[in-house]
Amino acid sequence: MQEPKQLLVSAIKNGTVIDHIQAGMATKLLQVLNLGMHKKIVTLGLNLPSKDMGSKDLIKIEDKELTEQEANKIAIFSPLASINIINNYEVIKKFNVTLLETVQSLIVCPNPKCITNNENMDSDFKVHHQNNQIKLQCKYCEKIFLQSDINDYRA
Amino acid sequence: MTVNLIGRDIISIPELSREEILAVLENARSLKQTPQPKLLENHVMGSCFYEPSTRTRLSFETAMQRLGGKVVGFADPAVTSTKKGETLYDSTRIIGQYVDVIAMRHPLEGSARRASEATDKPILNGGDGANQHPTQTLLDLFTIDECQKKLENLDIALVGDLKYGRTTHSLAQALTHFNAHLYFVAPNSLQMPNYICEELKAKNIIFSFHEKIEDIIDKVDILYMTRIQGERFADQIEYQKIKNIFVLTAKMLENVRPNLSVLHPLPRVGEITTDVDATKHAYYFEQAENGLYVRQALLAMVLGKLNK
Repeated sequence: MQEPKQLLVSAIKNGTVIDHIQAGMATKLLQVLNLGMHKKIVTLGLNLPSKDMGSKDLIKIEDKELTEQEANKIAIFSPLASINIINNYEVIKKFNVTLLETVQSLIVCPNPKCITNNENMDSDFKVHHQNNQIKLQCKYCEKIFLQSDINDYRA
Repeated sequence: MTVNLIGRDIISIPELSREEILAVLENARSLKQTPQPKLLENHVMGSCFYEPSTRTRLSFETAMQRLGGKVVGFADPAVTSTKKGETLYDSTRIIGQYVDVIAMRHPLEGSARRASEATDKPILNGGDGANQHPTQTLLDLFTIDECQKKLENLDIALVGDLKYGRTTHSLAQALTHFNAHLYFVAPNSLQMPNYICEELKAKNIIFSFHEKIEDIIDKVDILYMTRIQGERFADQIEYQKIKNIFVLTAKMLENVRPNLSVLHPLPRVGEITTDVDATKHAYYFEQAENGLYVRQALLAMVLGKLNK
């Protein structure tokens, strides 16, 4: 049996590891995935050393298997994130997040005069990915925002 | 190529193709020359103005009536269920059951798009907050074409509050179809937003930034003036200094191109002095009149009574 590696964030038995999160984004993902309400262990690694990325964040969620739909919500914050589904300490499934063309019901439009902030309705954003920069355009008020302009989410 | 706008919502200028824009202008031209007082008989327009408007509302309403259609509606939301807390979605869904087409203005951005989700009847956006005002842009293009006898390759200056002015944003976007050379004249703090400039660059449109009308006035075919609103300035002393720089007087028009036309979406406050009205360059009152024909064309096209 292989010697267990020294882990900076302790291993989980069953659940999901979200790896290669862009450094600084993990706390946003907690909000987006509503992990504050998760009753089991959630461990968080911030600014961990990474060969590919320099530094990265990481989230381990005990007893929750992230669906692809949930995982894709992550893509606008961290398009390089990878998802590892863990069963009995082994990775049984691994996939990358996919940047979708539109994102519904996730982002709160930062424009206070947008109709979406004034009626009980879903938000809807078009995702533009150009030159390694993600821009989000509200379908309603048509304003274009950087990911860093977005402060609030509908988990 | 046939353009068919039957049942279409007219919400945002970037959604209209060059061919669609040209078809609207051609139909407007034809309606200006040959009125069609029975074209929209037996049709009803809902005129839903959730915030004040003079030109847009009255020209939509007269456009419908001059085509033989009828108008119902309101000019003040205080007399509607909005005051009781009804959502725009519910109001529009119900109004859509009574009328054939809805012209609307609303203070919130994206309201016209939201309304279009509540009804199958076409929505004509008469302004949604600071976002879009597509019928203004179409009447601007119609007017430019009318006074210059062409739309292509013109030198056009946009002057005033270019940061918050929805009119100048939509006009700049629409002019990308016609290879305009654009001059943006505004105080630094009110210059054209980056996202519009990026769109222009992507479409190879040439543009430049200026701080004085005098720097460009002899280089352009169209001088499109807009109002600088005092409330945009945190520092009122700064506003007092700036506001006089962006005033056009008849004297400034002495050495301009003979074909130069001055446009303004109106209302003007002090940015075009009244002595300009008597010059051959003033074209803003004709521009306001043209709103009638462009809105007639749009009503007839979305109701399937005119195609090109």
